[in-house]
Amino acid sequence: MSRTLTYREALREGLDEELARDPNVVIMGEEVAQYNGAYKVTEGLWKKWGDKRVVDTPISEAGFIGMGIGASMLGVRPVMELMFWSFHSVAFDQLVNNAACVRYMSGGLCHCPIVVRGPANGGTNVGATHSHIPEGLFAAFPGLKVCAPATPADVKGLIKAAIRDNDPVYVMENTLLYGNSGEVPDPADGDHVVPLGVADVKREGSDISLIAHGRSVLHALKAAETLQDEHGIHAEVLDLRSIRPLDVEAIVKTVKKTNRVVLIDESKPFGGVAAMVTTIIMENAFDHLDAPVQRVCSIDAPAIYSPHIENEQLPSPRRIIEKVLKMA
Amino acid sequence: MSSASSPSLDFASSPVNHALTPERKIELYSQMVRIRRFEQVSLKYYQAGKIGGFLHLYIGQESVAVGTISLAGPDDHFITAYRDHGHALAVGMGMNECMAEMYGKQTGCSKGKGGSMHFFAPDKNFWGGHGIVGGQTPLGLGLAYGLKYLGKEGCCLCFLGDGAVNQGAFHESLNLAALFGIPVVYVIENNGYSMGTSQKRSSAYRGCLAQRAEAYDMEWDVIDGSDIYEVRAKTHIAMERARKEHQPTVLEIDTYRYYGHSIADANHKKYRTPEEIEHYKKNHDPISVFQRKLIAEGVLTEDKAAEINNAARDEANAAVKFAEESPAPTIADISTDVYWETDHQTEASKIGRHFFDT
Repeated sequence: MSRTLTYREALREGLDEELARDPNVVIMGEEVAQYNGAYKVTEGLWKKWGDKRVVDTPISEAGFIGMGIGASMLGVRPVMELMFWSFHSVAFDQLVNNAACVRYMSGGLCHCPIVVRGPANGGTNVGATHSHIPEGLFAAFPGLKVCAPATPADVKGLIKAAIRDNDPVYVMENTLLYGNSGEVPDPADGDHVVPLGVADVKREGSDISLIAHGRSVLHALKAAETLQDEHGIHAEVLDLRSIRPLDVEAIVKTVKKTNRVVLIDESKPFGGVAAMVTTIIMENAFDHLDAPVQRVCSIDAPAIYSPHIENEQLPSPRRIIEKVLKMA
Repeated sequence: MSSASSPSLDFASSPVNHALTPERKIELYSQMVRIRRFEQVSLKYYQAGKIGGFLHLYIGQESVAVGTISLAGPDDHFITAYRDHGHALAVGMGMNECMAEMYGKQTGCSKGKGGSMHFFAPDKNFWGGHGIVGGQTPLGLGLAYGLKYLGKEGCCLCFLGDGAVNQGAFHESLNLAALFGIPVVYVIENNGYSMGTSQKRSSAYRGCLAQRAEAYDMEWDVIDGSDIYEVRAKTHIAMERARKEHQPTVLEIDTYRYYGHSIADANHKKYRTPEEIEHYKKNHDPISVFQRKLIAEGVLTEDKAAEINNAARDEANAAVKFAEESPAPTIADISTDVYWETDHQTEASKIGRHFFDT
């Protein structure tokens, strides 16, 4: 039996189950405890688990993330919330030099089983400094793992996999997804874990592949529906879910099936996940392409504030449909 | 450098030093000598082009690592910055794996993946060896947080240089340490220079650098690093405060490095006068000071000291031979020790692609 939960509730349920499973799991972050979370993801967890397991930190990202990394080397398993992933910049040395490199530089003597999670998205009129989408940035550092779940079931399954993983995993959520509802398996039916590195075909199709992650998956699904209803084009939607490790097999499989690809990626076009996936397609499935790979990314400028126009900067069903129709 | 000129007190009789057996005193002396000889030999082979990267020598500062780490129990942990050879030897790492690491060999403590600045020995509670100035200070906080979380009665000694005290991460760490009651002892090894910039030209402070702890309502102290007895006596108080009361401390240990920031620091004879260096060597060298005390105490003789020095030099030379003869890492070694899961060939490591080599 599955139930309908919001993305926020599913994520919270995943955190709650992991707090129960492993006494070394500790949630840390700004406003995560007594305030119940800036986006209410951790609501009720402090009341249930108390001061030791759910810890409010000051606004001090380099300090508390570095603290979590240090504690993880001794066996504590911190799950740290960045109120916005955009705030990674003030903790970059900890997130990259320490978390990603300490295992390597110690010749494998240390490891760093941390999770850093929080929203990474545009579309909320908060301006450029609060709208960074750094999944491609962090996936570019060997030693780190990154995922970007799009649905309630996936965010629950992936947060649990991330917490159990013995490497640093950065989970990129989306404030515009927190309120979305979806089916989530019942805990009574077993432990719902979505492994890192497994993409998911969210819609079957035969004419073109729309490959996306995060909220862009929902745009792709909407676009696919319109393409079918109004243009008779059957689009397949592949949700990457995990960025690193990456399900290269699933990418190649859908390309071989449809022979045409549009990648949808909310980050900027230079570098990033879509650029990387394009390269993988060129390296692994070039002979199966009937048209050049196309991308729909955010318009290449810092995120604009204006509520009148911000959504136009981001990928949308309309922009995806336009791109697909140009390829026909 | 506030206390180096203050009247020296007799810390030899403080309980933690009074309890030292003659054998243990000789051991502390030997450890300091071993560090110095190791560094001198490292310098020789660095200059011969056998060691890559940077070489930050600990010569002149030996009493700090040896004095503080000698106080540690089984649940005390250590972390430091890039001038890490002294701490590595003081925690009990062998010269062989340290020298081999600098030589970039497979037998190095980090398999040749870290180099001079990145020595690690978690089995000896030593967590590196960190290259970014101040970047290790939140990690030291985290180790201490972990000890408290796991219910251990221990502390973390987190070493940093005087050049690191102006980094934001350090201030964030101090605030968290005091706010959360974390059993960490920050040890500022004040050698007077942040690279080529003197303390007065790099830091704004009243009295001394450690006094900044007052802003975080934290205990602090200043220690004359030329006297290992003083280092031990005062550090012991801070470590006990951490272990027993979960209260952090900032210690500032006045010390001096005889060489440049690194051996690549060609200007080190320009920003410091030869007289300054000579004065320190003559009056404050921690090994000479301790040697004189031990001879006066009847614990050590000149002959025994010479014997210890020769043995340390031989040990360092043997480490060079070990490093020279060790194999270099292979191309395949480049891709290991990146992920715990792939190194252990776990189920998770077999799902999805982790590496994107072309």
